[in-house]
Amino acid sequence: MAELCGVIGIGQTQYAAKRQELSMPGLLREAAERALEDADCTWADIDAVVIGKAPDMFEGVMMPELFLNDAIGGAYKPMLRVHTAGSVGGSTAIVAASLVQSGIHDRVLTVAYEKQSESNATWALTISMPFSVATVAGAGGYFAPLVRGYIRRSGAPEDTGIRVAVKDRQNALKNPLAHLQLEDISFDMVADSPMLWDPIRYLETCPSSDGACAMVMAKESIATDSTRPAAWIHATEMRSEPTMFSGRDQVMPRATLDNAASLYKKAGIQNPRSEIDCAEIYVPFSWFEPMWMEGMLFAPINEGWKMTYEGSTALDGDLPVNMSGGVLSSNPIGASGMIRFAEAALQVRGMAGEHQIDGARKALGHAYGGGSQYFSTWIVDNRKP
Amino acid sequence: MRDVAVVAFSQSLSKRREADRNEVEILIPVIHELRTNAGITNEDLDFVCSGSSDYLAGQSFAFVSGLDAVGAWPPVCESHVEMDGAWALYEAWVKIQMGYADLALVYGFGKPSMGDLPLTMALQLDPYSVMPLWPDAVSIAALQARLLLDGGLLSERDMAEVAVRDRAHAKENPFAQVKGDFGVDQILADPYLVSPLRKHDCSPISDGASAVLLAAGDRAKQLCKRPAWIRGIEHICEPQDLGVRDLTRSRSVEIAAEKAGLGAGKVDVAELSAPFTHQEILVERALGLGTETRVNPSGGALAGNPIMAVGLSRIGEAARRVWDGSADRAVAHATSGPCLQQNLVCVLEG
Repeated sequence: MAELCGVIGIGQTQYAAKRQELSMPGLLREAAERALEDADCTWADIDAVVIGKAPDMFEGVMMPELFLNDAIGGAYKPMLRVHTAGSVGGSTAIVAASLVQSGIHDRVLTVAYEKQSESNATWALTISMPFSVATVAGAGGYFAPLVRGYIRRSGAPEDTGIRVAVKDRQNALKNPLAHLQLEDISFDMVADSPMLWDPIRYLETCPSSDGACAMVMAKESIATDSTRPAAWIHATEMRSEPTMFSGRDQVMPRATLDNAASLYKKAGIQNPRSEIDCAEIYVPFSWFEPMWMEGMLFAPINEGWKMTYEGSTALDGDLPVNMSGGVLSSNPIGASGMIRFAEAALQVRGMAGEHQIDGARKALGHAYGGGSQYFSTWIVDNRKP
Repeated sequence: MRDVAVVAFSQSLSKRREADRNEVEILIPVIHELRTNAGITNEDLDFVCSGSSDYLAGQSFAFVSGLDAVGAWPPVCESHVEMDGAWALYEAWVKIQMGYADLALVYGFGKPSMGDLPLTMALQLDPYSVMPLWPDAVSIAALQARLLLDGGLLSERDMAEVAVRDRAHAKENPFAQVKGDFGVDQILADPYLVSPLRKHDCSPISDGASAVLLAAGDRAKQLCKRPAWIRGIEHICEPQDLGVRDLTRSRSVEIAAEKAGLGAGKVDVAELSAPFTHQEILVERALGLGTETRVNPSGGALAGNPIMAVGLSRIGEAARRVWDGSADRAVAHATSGPCLQQNLVCVLEG
């Protein structure tokens, strides 16, 4: 029943620790204008605006979409603001797509952002609430025990995470927008970097970035005739589960497995490993690459690390992962999920530049958030479904 | 478009202070009652969507714990908007339109008593040029009321009459917070809170939650004898800056109402979530409501304002009038942002 929807425009800002020359409206506008230019359309062509970002305390503005709306052409139009923790960039793209897929709108602009330099994310994540223990751990402290759990279960070699970090940081050198550009990156450099949250080292960790990512999505008739090739959305899926309860598998949550199975079914994919050409996966800490290779059913349980180890996820591997450098290289949190979705779309449009995978036709965009409990994903393809 | 209806609604009491319960504890009985009354379980739900604000809880990811109230296991298809639950309902309606879902649970919740709400709302304003002045929400609304009074577009008596009407209606609403019989002259004798607004011109501060069940076509008919069919649902956002829009009318309500087809027939009941008396008058005018419309039979936001749930509750209250046959056609309204910046209009029919 759903209408076909294609991504016809993508815009990303330069990612950096501090974009102090720009206000928040300026940051969003930089991405949005680039997306409109790519889509070869104007503000007037946009029917609705969907904004996504992670917690409001990351900048200290309550429901900031209200003051940002007119900077991205949303004045006197419908505007939605999505917030689903770290998966929000993906969820926001899915909401925008559904406005087209439902037949309600012809062309929708979606923008996700974070301007981390305006506040302090680790502070915002560790506010002490009554009757709860303040861990002051930030995200790294939360996820480190889950990584430990994964290593124990899978028997993965301890340097798996280092290999992921080296690969993603090398990939970032082919992406001029990436925040971290470490020319001399090496195995030893990562291995020798300080241990922040055992087993996660400094260089196995995502940075704090300012940045925004925008997409223009359009209905079939518009996307078919668009100036540049469209990335056709074959399937979207989301799953959520509560943060903690007795018996919950936090290392390999059921929500990721259910999400992956349902996504592939909707997209008509029987064998994701062979049918998907490349993937942009939400990997804020290096070890989440092997973990989500299993969580997205690319590898059997406890064997995801082998894909990293054998080079399958490298640019010249059989399933390149995070060609853009991934979250490890640029992390404007609220946008990080949308960047994964947008980079997947760029690949199938053949517009990924130096980090383009030759002949990529079908790609996965992935985001997760909360305590490994929110998952949003899409499959895009350069062929119509 | 698919036929989609509101088929169930439940809400908590609007209370000035839920001293002993956190948001999840407020939400749990509301969602439980909704499922029980509708005779459904989580397995029947195709989609779940919620609305809330981190800043009310003073905590990042405050909405995450809402999943505990749903009991989201096995994992659910779920999304969240940092907006009133009325917009969560809109997202769920979109998902049903695209054929992704037939039955959706929508909820909204807020516990503003944990902070100073009027000051917290100042954080919604431009962080570079306006917010550093800390203009509280009541003062911002007072500027708008002053414009209306100075322009001769309404009087303080008109505003008091709105308060008297809503509080009288709220006597019939067991969930309302501010209710009773008041005289216009009596309340006009009260001092100003922030001139020209008196206490009765402002909605109360309320902790609370509400939940709604949306269903498509035959599923709606199975779950409800007389479903409240959504015949139009539209929302529009204005620029925020107070200097670039006409504060003496609500263009966004006018546009949303027109797109939702409100003018196509008689409106029996209107449920409005305007948080100030003068704003309720503006919304009534923008909707073009006449004397044949019963406005705020529940008392509206002025009788109970569980922020982030109050707009969703208006849709639930309007639907209730359709279910019991007291309305054939009803309109519900939700708002967000300073001076009615963003508005949603939902037209329901029996």
